[in-house]
Amino acid sequence: MGRKTPLHGQHVALGARMVDFGGWDMPVNYGSQIEEHHRVRRAAGLFDVSHMCVIDVRGRDSRGFLRRLLANDVDKLQAPGKALYSCMLNAEGGVIDDLIVYLVKEEWFRVVVNAGTRDGDLLWIRARAREQLAHLEIIERVDLAMLAVQGPEARAKVVELLEPVDREAALALQPFSGRFCGEWFVARTGYTGEDGFEIMLPLEEISAAWLALLAAGAAPCGLGARDTLRLEAGMNLYGNDMDASRHPLESGLAWTVAFEPADRDFIGREALERVRAAGGAAQKLVGLVLEDRGVLRSHQKVVVPGVGEGEVTSGTFSPTLERSIALARVPKATGASVQVDIRGKLLTARVVKPPFVRRGRVLIVI
Amino acid sequence: MSQVPADRRYAKSHEWARLLPDGSVEIGITDHAQHALGDLVFVEVPEPGRVLAAGDACAVVESVKAASDVYSPIAGTVLESNADLGASPELVNQDCYGRGWLMRLQPAASTALDALLGPAAYSAQLAAEGG
Repeated sequence: MGRKTPLHGQHVALGARMVDFGGWDMPVNYGSQIEEHHRVRRAAGLFDVSHMCVIDVRGRDSRGFLRRLLANDVDKLQAPGKALYSCMLNAEGGVIDDLIVYLVKEEWFRVVVNAGTRDGDLLWIRARAREQLAHLEIIERVDLAMLAVQGPEARAKVVELLEPVDREAALALQPFSGRFCGEWFVARTGYTGEDGFEIMLPLEEISAAWLALLAAGAAPCGLGARDTLRLEAGMNLYGNDMDASRHPLESGLAWTVAFEPADRDFIGREALERVRAAGGAAQKLVGLVLEDRGVLRSHQKVVVPGVGEGEVTSGTFSPTLERSIALARVPKATGASVQVDIRGKLLTARVVKPPFVRRGRVLIVI
Repeated sequence: MSQVPADRRYAKSHEWARLLPDGSVEIGITDHAQHALGDLVFVEVPEPGRVLAAGDACAVVESVKAASDVYSPIAGTVLESNADLGASPELVNQDCYGRGWLMRLQPAASTALDALLGPAAYSAQLAAEGG
């Protein structure tokens, strides 16, 4: 039996199909995954993301510690509430995890990491903290649960649950920033390509919030829709599109690595500098749109005639495009078109620059 | 509870087979199977003329999540495949025992269906699997 979120009983009561995800017993859908996907693109969907791990890093040395720990630079976070997406790398430049870090206020950062990597992440972070003899506390916030409310109508539904005094400020939050509304930390972030909020709140309050958001018309959505939404939005999934054996420069994540300032010695920097000195990564992560009928899936072989081979890292049927789309790792010299081996047949796919869909709009030519 | 109509027979691997008046056999996947797969987005059916042994992988049904093989419950020759599934794979979700049929076979033997499970036995299997 996997770990259960505080909403487990709610999922079962709604008839969810439950699956194991990173050691957690999670809903994959509540009926129709495609319908859930469309509800997020068109109105508002509600996700239980309590399996994700919230870690507070507090203390005098917290900023300096995170500037060494993370490939992106938390010095970009100056105003309280601002958020930053970053990879956490090993010494070889491989991605231990991808995460979001918020500056709650000075000397208090909040880091949200993936469910499947939480135990390893905590070990890694605590070991690095011991090495640096830093003045800081690493606190796993097991007292918090997390909801994501996503879609064009999502923010309006969430603010109805807030105290009147907090509503205006919550609506005024810029993308990639958050604030405390009472005990809830409300952030304008997400993993769907739509507007919306992610909310970290006390465990004992999540059931009431879940029910109130359902009553307000947000559709419960499972991990299935979460995956098709994030792939349409061109967002990587840890374990599929990158892992500890892959560095960000071959994973479509070069934009998340802050090489400037040059004297910031983050973990993995040396390895990435060597890749850069050697002329850059030999492979790149691209988007694919299947021109033929069929469905792209992770681990399918990509054939680039005259160039070499690659692999689909995430693939699915896109409910918005009604076509199959994918992320794939291919040789750097790959051009506008590739072949994908689907059950022994070579089908044609077009190479595109993700995202495929953002804020309800299709961003590639079909 | 999954629907298990009494007018056909079932394979343990969740396909159904129904004898038609002309002696051919219609094949599809069960309600339990379509529900377990979720929304189907692509169905690959066999070409007419293909000769199948019982248990051969003969079709592929793909949901948003994954691709799954469909196994022929009996031996026979493919007479016809459901052409509507090309444009509308969701018919399998909506009507797996009717408009969501996959293919029609000329059975290799008239007794081909005898080896399959009856509705009660298949229902018992589903109950044992917790579904």
